[in-house]
Amino acid sequence: MAFAQNLVRCSIKAAVSKNHFSLAKTASNFGAYQLSTQFNSLQPLRTFSIGSQLHQDVNVTFLRANGQKIQAKGKVGDTLLDVVVNNHIDLDGFGACEGTLTCSTCHLIFKVQDFEKLPDKASDEELDMLDLAYELTDTSRLGCQITLTKDMDGLVVSVPATINDARSA
Amino acid sequence: MFLPKKVLLSTITKQCCLHTNKKEFSAGVAVNSPTKRICIVGAGPAGFYAAQYILKTLSDCVVDVIEKLPVPFGLVRFGVAPDHPEVKNVINTFNKTAEHKNFNFFGNVTLGKDISLQELRERYHAVLLTYGADQDRELNIPNENQPNVLSARKFVAWYNGLPGEQHLNPNLSGRSVAILGQGNVAVDAARMLLSSVDALRKTDTTEYALEALSRSKVEQVYLVGRRGPLQAAFTIKELREMLKLPNVQTIWKPDDFTDVPAHLPNLPRPRKRLTELMLKSLSEQSSSSSSNRAQRRFLPIFLRAPKAIGENEIKLTVTQLQNDTAIPTDKIDHLPAELILRSIGYKSTCVDGGICFDDRGGRVFNENGRVLKDATSKSVDKGLYVAGWLGTGPTGVILTTMNGAFGVAKTLCDDIISNEVDTSSTKAGSEAKQYGRVVTWSHWQRINQAEIKAGERLGKPREKIVDVDEMLKVAGL
Repeated sequence: MAFAQNLVRCSIKAAVSKNHFSLAKTASNFGAYQLSTQFNSLQPLRTFSIGSQLHQDVNVTFLRANGQKIQAKGKVGDTLLDVVVNNHIDLDGFGACEGTLTCSTCHLIFKVQDFEKLPDKASDEELDMLDLAYELTDTSRLGCQITLTKDMDGLVVSVPATINDARSA
Repeated sequence: MFLPKKVLLSTITKQCCLHTNKKEFSAGVAVNSPTKRICIVGAGPAGFYAAQYILKTLSDCVVDVIEKLPVPFGLVRFGVAPDHPEVKNVINTFNKTAEHKNFNFFGNVTLGKDISLQELRERYHAVLLTYGADQDRELNIPNENQPNVLSARKFVAWYNGLPGEQHLNPNLSGRSVAILGQGNVAVDAARMLLSSVDALRKTDTTEYALEALSRSKVEQVYLVGRRGPLQAAFTIKELREMLKLPNVQTIWKPDDFTDVPAHLPNLPRPRKRLTELMLKSLSEQSSSSSSNRAQRRFLPIFLRAPKAIGENEIKLTVTQLQNDTAIPTDKIDHLPAELILRSIGYKSTCVDGGICFDDRGGRVFNENGRVLKDATSKSVDKGLYVAGWLGTGPTGVILTTMNGAFGVAKTLCDDIISNEVDTSSTKAGSEAKQYGRVVTWSHWQRINQAEIKAGERLGKPREKIVDVDEMLKVAGL
């Protein structure tokens, strides 16, 4: 499982160049099932992680519209989309374009104080995609554009209801 | 909640499937378990997203997708612009759905021809129609059927290699093209006409389209809308892309914007940002028009309604806005245009007499995705569903279709779980052999690999096969 996660994370890093043939994986409902059944025995291969200073854990909580809280761990340098993918968080359709700024399916809503502390403001291109999102708020961002820093440990973000609402509750 | 016995049974069934060649034999095998069999008609984004949801939600179900073409993905393959490859990343998710052991693809199978809706309904507990919108709305103006008037839908299908449109041969020998309509399809067509062909060579634009575009004499493209800038139908991403297109200058008509700035403060954010971008571009054009000698021009024209097609021109009625509606005046305007592309929307067709179809609206009568028995009684035809553009009409981006398809899939699953739709009887499903030359998922993989390989030689992601017989040959059928 851990090995698989690292693989996914590495491939996302490789795709940062917005390569069209990105190996990055979207959040998948099947991925979790397949990986947990196939890769459990590979647990000891955790040491395949690369780098060290970047790999500080950052805890993130995703709050769904139905009240469900999903706790996840990311690393400094991961995007919030990476966190959803690497933790196999079951959000249908999340990250459809795989972080290439051509959809708004990784729309997340921040608390005002967290939003104001985000290191980078949204680019025009990010705002363009957010403008197509459902439930757009003044503190909305795309998860693929938010890179975790160690200051973000304990972050809580809301997942808009219309994309991943109570339908699977 | 399910009884443990049932869970066990479903596990055994799944394991059985794993040990057979599932693409050939999984469906239709007589198993003494009430496997829930769902058929989806149309392998575009709505079909794939619905399949994803159903496979995740229903225990012990099989989802068979039948598709008219030998190849999957619908408008993701044949609609999304070749220079937007990132949008096609959704295919990675569709592939995962297709690899699910309880998913079967039956390509080259046409509803209404190879199998009737009635037969499908006998073979499945539920049928979901997602075959999209493959016709375009017409203007109903004089001379609309002249050869120099094409639908933007066909033009898009031509450069994207939709079987049947490869011989469209659009006339690109003139200087001016007028596109009637201002939605994202219209902007895609304009961008393809104005882009450097060398940039397009790196995309999966078909070779014959690249060849035609390389000989194009088109210098300017008009984008004509009945209403004003505040009602513009294109989205900001598409406009920003156009404004950044190398060697293309966007030129607005200043008169179209006279009243616009006053409305800015009251606009919702998306409309406001789009309008601000247009105003910014307008202000830059007045200061740089003499210095910027772009080779090609993009010319949005507002407040004009098509009146008649003339010889190498289009005649337009000047309109006025009243409560966001375009009202015709008695003033007439003309634009030069050797080629005219009609882009005022798509509509669906009724492919089987058993579908309760809204001919005027060009879609299937439904309530939240449940297909109605007839238009007036509002009673639901149990077990029959519709999603995507066939049910909603042709609007929105893939996100919209995704949400809609998830919603209808949830309704379908809810109806089955609550026994509103009966699944207690065994259903036969489909077998590849009943249809003739059926493209299964592994057959499609052969076509896919051949296309990628052909693309490699040309330095592009793929070279699409556009002939159905050729596709079947490559598939080994």
